[in-house]
Amino acid sequence: MNLDFSDDQKFLQDEARKFLTKEQALLRNRTVLEKNNKVDKDLWEKIVALGWTGIRIPEEYNGLDLGHLELCVIAEELGRFLAPVPFSSSVYLFTEAIINYADDEIKSHFLPKLVSGEIIGTIAVTEDLKAPSENNILVTENNGIINGKKIAVPDAEISTHSIVVCKCESGISLQLVDLSSPGVTIEQQETIDDSRGHFLINFENVKSNLIGDKGNGWKSYETLINQAAVFFSYEQIGGSQATLDMAINYAKERYAFGRPIGSYQAIKHKLADMYIALTLAKSNCYYAAWALSTNSSDFPSASATARVSATKAYQLCSQENIQTHGGNGFTWEYDCHMFYRRSKLLSLNIGSLSNWREKLVTSLEQSNIN
Amino acid sequence: MDFNDTKEEAQFRKKCKDWLESNAKYKAETTPQNDDFANKNKIEEAKSWQKKKYDAGWAMLHWPKEYGGIGASSMERIIWANEESKFDVPKGIFEIGLGMCGPVIMEYASEEQKERYLPPMAEGKEIWCQLFSEPSAGSDVAGLRSKAVQNGDKWIVNGQKVWTSGAHFADFGILVVRHDPNIEKHKGMTFFFVDMKSPGIEVKPIKQITGGSSFNEVYFTDVEIPDSQRLGEIGDGWKVAITTLMNERLAVGDADGADVEDAFRWAKRQDNLGEPLLNNQAARESIADWYCEKSGLKNTKLRTMSALSRGDTPGPEASITKIVSAGKLQDIGNFGIDSLDMAGMLRTDNQNVKGFQNAWLGAPGLRIAGGTDEILRNIIAERVLGLPQDPRADKGVAFKDIPSGKN
Repeated sequence: MNLDFSDDQKFLQDEARKFLTKEQALLRNRTVLEKNNKVDKDLWEKIVALGWTGIRIPEEYNGLDLGHLELCVIAEELGRFLAPVPFSSSVYLFTEAIINYADDEIKSHFLPKLVSGEIIGTIAVTEDLKAPSENNILVTENNGIINGKKIAVPDAEISTHSIVVCKCESGISLQLVDLSSPGVTIEQQETIDDSRGHFLINFENVKSNLIGDKGNGWKSYETLINQAAVFFSYEQIGGSQATLDMAINYAKERYAFGRPIGSYQAIKHKLADMYIALTLAKSNCYYAAWALSTNSSDFPSASATARVSATKAYQLCSQENIQTHGGNGFTWEYDCHMFYRRSKLLSLNIGSLSNWREKLVTSLEQSNIN
Repeated sequence: MDFNDTKEEAQFRKKCKDWLESNAKYKAETTPQNDDFANKNKIEEAKSWQKKKYDAGWAMLHWPKEYGGIGASSMERIIWANEESKFDVPKGIFEIGLGMCGPVIMEYASEEQKERYLPPMAEGKEIWCQLFSEPSAGSDVAGLRSKAVQNGDKWIVNGQKVWTSGAHFADFGILVVRHDPNIEKHKGMTFFFVDMKSPGIEVKPIKQITGGSSFNEVYFTDVEIPDSQRLGEIGDGWKVAITTLMNERLAVGDADGADVEDAFRWAKRQDNLGEPLLNNQAARESIADWYCEKSGLKNTKLRTMSALSRGDTPGPEASITKIVSAGKLQDIGNFGIDSLDMAGMLRTDNQNVKGFQNAWLGAPGLRIAGGTDEILRNIIAERVLGLPQDPRADKGVAFKDIPSGKN
């Protein structure tokens, strides 16, 4: 029995935390938000130099050839510091898609360049003001040529490539597109968390390459986000821990009516509830990470469980952190709002809370609880 | 990360399982919980199961050999509890004695007393209870007022205890009382164990909202306790009481009763306006959230076990179990009853419905017993998160001068 990370994995996490502290990642996030920089390229280059983009990439392609668990500990730290880099798009989604679905030729072209940072990738799925589904994708693919519009695509501007979820004659397909191709136009969209750039992409007769099975792309996409859900959940618990820590520190230092506000039970109970939500989410994340790394048969329910509880925990922690800070929490100057924004953004990336709850119950229906 | 037992753990698990399989039956899908221990047959049944375990060496795995245990590791103890929980065997009667009274006897009693009392406790021959709470001392148990006055080598005890589980069938009890109301609250208490058949002890069962009676009021009128039955020094009562409370079961139990799987199975079958209840969006969302809580607790326990398995001290994560599971039990009870619409009010023989109704009626008690939701949140906030204590009106004052209000 060992539901814990190994010493090496903990060391990696520790190093990541030291690095992001030294680089003042949180301050960088504020700068991106205030200057509308959309991304912190300098921090990204440093992350690439550390090799994190190649964690899951096999050695033959110059990667570190480590496992999902190593990616989880990095994700937790990126979440804790709100690192404004395209890591989730390029690593959790794009790189994993290439590893899972691309043929050897694409792999040998893309993977080494993903490690070196020459290629940055993202994934484009949403098209309208509603949840994307197998039945409402309108961007078309015909003989490799794609047409249509995608919105809320993360990190599109810094990305060199995107996987585009398309409708083809036999269903859905995942198409790989070079974003510098003729016919691609990219426009920034304003979001509730402008520390992470999101974009509209228009495709007009753009050349693309199929990855994975034609017509079966929605299933591949689902597999991809079930897997990414574990990494997103780790970012979410990293952020939850950061907000809980902020709230605890503030409650100890802030006095009202002659005593620290943390000595009032109304505040204690609020913080205890944040701790409870975080602990449940964290334990579910550990299990999901294990299930992912061992390809366990209950992985779909494990990842949905981690995702639902991590989303709920971050939502609670980030909003109650503002409440604990009182008026200060509502100022632009304090960092509380950056976490509040990011918690919402992360809860929407790869699908909403209610849709993940639905996925969870669906996976229970498919299991053997009779 | 690895969920498999080590080779030794697997061997031990197999040993547990083999013995349990040849001596007990696996639990059925739904076993509605019954909290009525007043039933004589149930006590006998529980005693004979405990004896069977004792004879085979399973009763008190982690206790030293001389007192009836086998000196097992925490991990082995968990494995046993884990396997035993899959079987339909009596439980609940010995938990307080073995979990709280035993350790305090082990730590504070004389060698002679240990040899006299511990083995029969482990064997289930003698049942122990814990006499702490009083009408005016619940969450603030140190506010207790039962009086002990020393008279030569004896103490004379007067007062009343309440919420004493199993006092009506217990042979012995551990007791904390006030020997001096003129000094500070936490310094004026002394700890004893007492023969429950002593003259002057009167036990009156409390009828609970469930209709059952697992708790009692215990009245003490001039009860004599030999000084040799004092545990710890005079004035150390609170310290000893805290040791007892720290010794509460290693893995604080989940609330027994209807859980998310029961709600899920029920929702699959139960008709709701012409469709299975499971098609209802609100039902689906609730089930998803309960499943996350249940898995969260289970996985938290696995993290605790991982720490134990490595020989580390577990972190504070386990403190959340009761808060989460008692609240979930109440919600699931409400959900199940509500799913029957008007008919939900009816007492029926349907085991599922019974399970939901018992959960609903029993949950308020679980949210209070062994630390209320509020006290547990205080504990998490102060001991885990490091927040400061509330200012207190009972520090640095003689006990008799502390404002007391209504009992």
